[in-house]
Amino acid sequence: MTNPWVAFLLVPLVKIVVILLAVILLAAYMSFFERKILAYMQIRIGPNRVGPRGWLQPIADAIKLLVKEDIVPARAEKLVYFLGPVLVVAPALVVFSVIPFGPAFKLFGYEVAPYLTDVNIGILFILGVSSIGVYGVILGGWASNNKFSMMGGLRSAAQLVSYEVPMGLSVVTVLLMANSLSLVKIVEAQKQAGVWFFIPGIVAFFIYFVCGVAETNRNPFDLPEAESELVAGFHTEYSGMKFAFYFLAEYANMVVISSIATVLFLGGWLPPFPNWLAALWASPALAWIPPIAWFVLKMAVFLFVYIWFRGTFPRYRFDQLMDLGWKVFIPVSLVNLVAVGAGVLLIGGK
Amino acid sequence: MSEQDNPSGAAPASPQPPAAPKPPWEEKPVLPVPRDAREQAQVRELAAAVADAVIEAVEFAGQVTVTVGRERIAEIGRACKEKLGYAFLVDLTAVDWQDRPEGRFDVVYWMHRHADSVRLRLKVRVGADTEVPSVTGVWKVADWMEREVFDMFGVYFAGHPNLERILTWEGFNGHPLRKDFPLEGIDTGAAVYPDVFPPGGGPVAGGEGE
Amino acid sequence: MSNLESIKPFPDSEEMEISFGPQHPATHGVLRVLLRLDGERIVDAKPVIGYLHRGTEKIFERETYNGTIPHTDRLDYTAAATNNQALVGAVEKIMGVTVPPRAAAIRVMLAELQRIASHTIWLGTHALDIGAQSPFFYTFEEREKILDLFEEYCGARLTLNSMRVGGQPYELTDGWVDRCRAFVDQFPARVAEWERLLTANRIWKLRTIGVGVISAASAIEWGLTGPPLRGSGVKWDVRKVFPYDRYDEYDFEIPVGANGDTYDRYLVRLEEMRQSVRILQQCLAKLPDGPVMAKVPKVIKPPKGEVYFSVEGPKGELGFYVVSDGGANPYRLHVRPACFINLQALPEMVRGLLVADLIAVIGTLDIVLGEIDR
Repeated sequence: MTNPWVAFLLVPLVKIVVILLAVILLAAYMSFFERKILAYMQIRIGPNRVGPRGWLQPIADAIKLLVKEDIVPARAEKLVYFLGPVLVVAPALVVFSVIPFGPAFKLFGYEVAPYLTDVNIGILFILGVSSIGVYGVILGGWASNNKFSMMGGLRSAAQLVSYEVPMGLSVVTVLLMANSLSLVKIVEAQKQAGVWFFIPGIVAFFIYFVCGVAETNRNPFDLPEAESELVAGFHTEYSGMKFAFYFLAEYANMVVISSIATVLFLGGWLPPFPNWLAALWASPALAWIPPIAWFVLKMAVFLFVYIWFRGTFPRYRFDQLMDLGWKVFIPVSLVNLVAVGAGVLLIGGK
Repeated sequence: MSEQDNPSGAAPASPQPPAAPKPPWEEKPVLPVPRDAREQAQVRELAAAVADAVIEAVEFAGQVTVTVGRERIAEIGRACKEKLGYAFLVDLTAVDWQDRPEGRFDVVYWMHRHADSVRLRLKVRVGADTEVPSVTGVWKVADWMEREVFDMFGVYFAGHPNLERILTWEGFNGHPLRKDFPLEGIDTGAAVYPDVFPPGGGPVAGGEGE
Repeated sequence: MSNLESIKPFPDSEEMEISFGPQHPATHGVLRVLLRLDGERIVDAKPVIGYLHRGTEKIFERETYNGTIPHTDRLDYTAAATNNQALVGAVEKIMGVTVPPRAAAIRVMLAELQRIASHTIWLGTHALDIGAQSPFFYTFEEREKILDLFEEYCGARLTLNSMRVGGQPYELTDGWVDRCRAFVDQFPARVAEWERLLTANRIWKLRTIGVGVISAASAIEWGLTGPPLRGSGVKWDVRKVFPYDRYDEYDFEIPVGANGDTYDRYLVRLEEMRQSVRILQQCLAKLPDGPVMAKVPKVIKPPKGEVYFSVEGPKGELGFYVVSDGGANPYRLHVRPACFINLQALPEMVRGLLVADLIAVIGTLDIVLGEIDR
């Protein structure tokens, strides 16, 4: 009794709206969580005025940025200047179309999957689309008609590009273990194996997350946007909503990295030890926990670690940052790749 | 203090212990007195190291000040550093003794020797328009110190690598620590930018200073 | 974010000249550094100062000797007590005044508390510049406790005016000693916390080891004093070399570094905080009784002559050169500013480094523009 209009049009539309809203709200509220958590780490309270205990702060910030005067530098290249923030935000949001938040379930007779789609080149799609974000950084820096913005943009772009390599290599180790590029199949492979992939792929897991921190320009890799630096960064000349877009993109990218790390390494929507402890998870006390809750919990752990890093570490100097990426992470991830490949060959015989 | 008999004939008082001397903070302070120090060890050393260097030597409050000739200060400074071991120039400053016949300014060099932790002050008398050889070749630290003396007093140091004003701004006219420079300051409009502002007038509304 | 303007790029070379400051979050005041860059390497750096020049030495000539003391608070405004100590020590030397032991002990306590307070500002801001944002809050919390002690003693938190020629103006309030002891006893645990965050941290070490190196011989040549000198291995501290205020009665060590880089200066200052705690504990244990003010004339008129007296401030050797002509106002009162002379060595320390290191070096020199510009 499935109506094709509903199945192929309404359901995806609803999913798009829900996912977009959820992601944008989450990215906005990430700024709030960051301010609160960082504050408590620094023996202070953080925003607590706007709304009950400060919970409406991101809404207030959004309204403020929307009504702010939009200043465009006189000789900026208008079209490209406008495109910069767009090219940063759009890929971050598009990536969410393939990330699975939970297994398919039945709703009103329709088979609904809490993800927009499951392309069989899922991971490749993600890596490709998120690389477009680098263009937003470079073009934003260039279009500002400010030589130091340009330099900041180039530095940031160099950082992003360099750290994509070890990140990609870590992802490949997961592919070796899961034997598929599709994100849903990767999660199911973890269920089949009975263990989350971060255990066999522990090195890849750490490299992926640390490179993810570098990819999002977060502390300790946030030199391009540090205040105490000479070069102010690619988003100096942006104000109002365009500036907000760069920061929205940064938080959205944090959510992207956290989600992908969850899917690839922490079993996505699976509870811990899904086979071994299957009886426990099926018991009436715990059976009500929806799989998406596990996903969100794991993602939250990563997001907390992001904020924790910010409250703890000094930042790397740019040359040290590049050294770390090229001279440490790439060799280690290459060696790890070979090791995991050998391991898969020996154990799985595939 | 010995016992004293009571002259009026009453029974003698029991023996008094000698009164303890009062601690120095309960007495009036003993002001230090300047003394001639030509025979003092540091001065004799200096006289031996550089012939005819010492013009005058005074010791006051435990610190020795040697007045030396202006033209020879760089040479004497180098001898102090290399032969006598005063490697650390602690301070270099000047004092304005207006209208003094020997020279308006005193430029003062305060040096330290690490080996036995003694310090020595060299003093040089300079007239208003005479220059003093710079000691930046001897002690690198003298660079900014001499610039400050130039800025505040107008004493010119010959051979200084970069004798510019350091504390007041570029284009400032006048030397603030001279006694004839008023405490309230001077007209910073015309005095500093004479080609922009009328004499006696400050910055004019709508005008553009630099 | 940052403030920069390109000045006179050299036409026939790749070099670029940039002005860093005077308004910049990382220069700790109004300091301007003219940088000549080759790509990102610093070819030369020229500090430009004077933005905070207030004519303090000229004002001194107008005041009475006790009246100059509040002006000294505003020199190195993060370390007012040691400024006061240097000035009153100089005037007492030229007057031949000996302060009572209780006054000397109170001065030592105020000075060591002030040393800790100054170093907490240094650590918070230095870590913040290098990117670690949290130590700033932790160190300032400790500083609040010290400022509360100061406020209780002399009524002011920052510009203390807490000493007079001849002794102390106020007796310690009831319970001040206990509150001070409570602070001092819990402080080493705090320093250990801050160390856990930074000292062994790989990123901190990468940013500070080998950055801003100056050799011991260079340090003496450039007249450095304080932690920049001791970080280069020269064990020299005015409190040991020319003891004042009965410092020779206390037992404490002078920490020195080995390599003269930023990391060593960081360790030296942390250890100095611990040694200050040691001195404070000894002071609190054997605080002598007695008057807090010596017998000095109502109007201070030193004899004609000149005297130099210095103390070991948190930044280095802070000295006062007093020239008296017999009157009630100083004829010339010159400040030997530790920060001014330490800053002079900046180009030496920064040549060949990257721009990000300039910020680390400015932080490690621990400059306060109030003392530099007077």
